[in-house]
Amino acid sequence: MRHTFVALVEDKPGVLNRVVSVFRRRLFNIESLTVSHTHQPGISRITIVVDSDKTEVERIIPYMHKLINVIQVEDLTHEPCVSRDLAMIKVSAPPETRSAILQLVEVFRARVVDVANDSLIIEITGDKEKIDGLVEVLQPYGIIELVRTGIIAMERGIPRLLNKTYENQGVKLPIEYKMVS
Amino acid sequence: MKVTGAEIFWRCLEYQKVKVVFGYPGGTTLPIYDALVESPVHHVLTRHEQGAAHMADGYARASGAVGVALATSGPGATNLITGITNAQMDSVPVVFITGQVVSPLIGYDAFQETDVTGITLPITKHNYLITDPHDIAPAIKEAFFIAASGRPGPVLVDISKDAQMAEIEWEYDDSPVQIPGYRPDLSPLPADLQAAVETIQSARRPVILAGHGILISGAMLEVLEFAERTQTPVACTLLGIGAFPGSHPLSLGMPGMHGEAWVNQTIQEADLVLAFGMRFDDRVTGNLKQFAPKARKIHIDIDPSEINKNVPVDIALVGDLKETLQKLLPALKPARHDEWLDTIQSWKGDSAVRDIQNLPDNGHLYAAHVINDLWRETQGEALVVSDVGQNQMWAAQYYRHEKPFTYFTSGGLGTMGFGLPAAIGVKFARPEEEVWAIAGDGGFQMTQAELSTLAQEKMKINIAILNNGYLGMVRQWQEFFYDKRYSATPMVGPDFVKIAEAHGLTGIRVTRREDVVSAIRQAREIPGTVLIDFHVEKEDSVYPMVPSGAAIDKMIRRPVPQAQGK
Ligand SMILES: Cc1cc2nc3c(=O)[nH]c(=O)nc-3n(C[C@H](O)[C@H](O)[C@H](O)COP(=O)(O)OP(=O)(O)OC[C@H]3O[C@@H](n4cnc5c(N)ncnc54)[C@H](O)[C@@H]3O)c2cc1C
Ligand SMILES: Cc1ncc(C[n+]2csc(CCOP(=O)(O)OP(=O)(O)O)c2C)c(N)n1
Ligand SMILES: [Mg+2]
Repeated sequence: MRHTFVALVEDKPGVLNRVVSVFRRRLFNIESLTVSHTHQPGISRITIVVDSDKTEVERIIPYMHKLINVIQVEDLTHEPCVSRDLAMIKVSAPPETRSAILQLVEVFRARVVDVANDSLIIEITGDKEKIDGLVEVLQPYGIIELVRTGIIAMERGIPRLLNKTYENQGVKLPIEYKMVS
Repeated sequence: MKVTGAEIFWRCLEYQKVKVVFGYPGGTTLPIYDALVESPVHHVLTRHEQGAAHMADGYARASGAVGVALATSGPGATNLITGITNAQMDSVPVVFITGQVVSPLIGYDAFQETDVTGITLPITKHNYLITDPHDIAPAIKEAFFIAASGRPGPVLVDISKDAQMAEIEWEYDDSPVQIPGYRPDLSPLPADLQAAVETIQSARRPVILAGHGILISGAMLEVLEFAERTQTPVACTLLGIGAFPGSHPLSLGMPGMHGEAWVNQTIQEADLVLAFGMRFDDRVTGNLKQFAPKARKIHIDIDPSEINKNVPVDIALVGDLKETLQKLLPALKPARHDEWLDTIQSWKGDSAVRDIQNLPDNGHLYAAHVINDLWRETQGEALVVSDVGQNQMWAAQYYRHEKPFTYFTSGGLGTMGFGLPAAIGVKFARPEEEVWAIAGDGGFQMTQAELSTLAQEKMKINIAILNNGYLGMVRQWQEFFYDKRYSATPMVGPDFVKIAEAHGLTGIRVTRREDVVSAIRQAREIPGTVLIDFHVEKEDSVYPMVPSGAAIDKMIRRPVPQAQGK
């Protein structure tokens, strides 16, 4: 089963290494990983997707919490959320197949972002399944190169993660804490 | 005022009230060592950085303060690794300081450059790489705060040589540490506390598993009150020894692999297991699937990641143990469990007949005799620091501790070589008290160079080597599980008496049971450090023993005829 973890972390060197080590040490293979700044200075957001049937996967949360630089962690796996992946696909597109490819681009609501003599770069955003779908149908035309950003995810409705900000956490942290059991 | 990074470093230690630092100098700590000359902090020059790490560890365990160890970059830092891991496994607050090559050379495989923060990432609670002198003071302040708060642990600060040398305008900032993601102050939800009270009140066969967390939290009185009011027997883990008075009628002894048989039986029959600041180590639980099958479980621990890690629990109270028990106690009504306590009492009889202590003297000197005599001679008042192996288990089984913070050992990592240096650290923490290091012939040789540190510091401790000519604990496993094929476990040791003498210390050899007491008395009277080399039964085993993977009540017991002298 695929699990999506989101963490807010201090934006400092080495923090990503610490977070990833929590997974490495327990032999989880990370399927995708994204890190970027947030609107709050000093805070980065990490999204990690692992595909695992190991029962310990939920235990990742308290282990991540244990890291000093991790501010918040959530498992969004069972939460209603929007998730997106972005891919750029360089596909071989000689005149004979070009229009067929362009039709597919249309159907998938993707975009052509670069045109060369014999190839196109197609950009597509969507959830994992949508991108997998386009990749599959482009495969026969000859994919030359493919890159994906990896999943980013956000919970719908009131942002649980972001309401506990740097400022209102201060030093005195939430005293009441319920285990994610 | 202009000061160098190195001066800032020592000033920060003074602000943390550090009195002693254990270390070993080198190229990248030259500025720090130069500034040491002006500092009131006492520096103990060890003979190996591992020794420094264990001394700081022992110091921290015995004093309740943060221990400090200092090493140079490269080999100095890598020599600390075992000691850092040891502190991490046993939740001991130690701040490790390492020198690092000058910052422009970091990443260029400079002479004695090692990625120390990389290496120690999984074995520290946190670590820092500092290359700017302005960051030294904040890092040291955070390091001490993180090491000592919440679940304690080691923190490493790696400081580049140029940061130590740079001169900056500086004043100490004593504002409180602010770390947004660090939450050492969790406390349980009222609803869970309420549920715990109800569960405790309805229990008929309760048992407390008393762990190291009681000592860390300072919750000894609360645990005593809890146990007495609810008439719940208490089993102290290896690291929990001393958390509950050993002679108290409710004290059971140690659970687990080498725990007493009746203790394990109690756990297996209990209907409620109360885990107080203990982490259900596999040496305690044996086979997890068959552990305490009849019991509901309440776990009080400050570290959320310990909850449901090894043993799924019914109620988890995450928070400091002392605070949590203070919240529970007012709600707890007195209870009696006479029948349960009688049943447990009846299980003890079978063990007594197997105890080597109670068997007729067959002329042999057993380690148990040594420890038992030591206990009697010191009235159970000494600070005992044991190494790892059979000697450690015998020390735990036969020296009864009444007071907290009187037994120190390497539990989670089981680090041979811990005993002697840790005992030195303990003596620095409690100079007025009597300290005994107990070690096997194997483990002692791993760090025996620290005898020289003892001599240089003119310290008085006593050392008891339980010399069986084997890596005894491994030999025991080979005896039980590998058909007595003793592979690489017989060990020819040196003349330990001469080794002591070579260091200007006193050495005594004891080979007969009747000489044990007089040697102990002599050691206690001689003002300098005394090492006693006890030649004990070579092929004795630690009983009882739960084979690994078995349920804890499936124990190998001491065969009665063997113990009676064959
Ligand atoms: C050869 C050998 C044999 C051994 N055999 C045995 C054996 O037979 N029996 C045995 O018991 N052990 C044995 N051990 C030791 C064992 O490996 C573990 O080290 C030991 O059981 C751990 O004890 P603990 O859980 O109490 O302490 P720790 O491992 O130190 O755990 C302490 C726990 O307390 C929590 N804590 C810390 N501070 C607080 C606080 N303020 N409030 C609440 N909770 C807190 C921590 O989060 C942690 O969960 C053996 C070791 C060796 C080397
Ligand atoms: C550094 C280290 N290496 C190896 C081991 C494995 N080990 C555990 S107990 C033991 C034997 C210890 O022998 P000794 O010190 O003579 O003590 P004894 O068991 O004989 O009392 C060994 C080798 C260990 N715990 N630590
Ligand atoms: Mg031995």
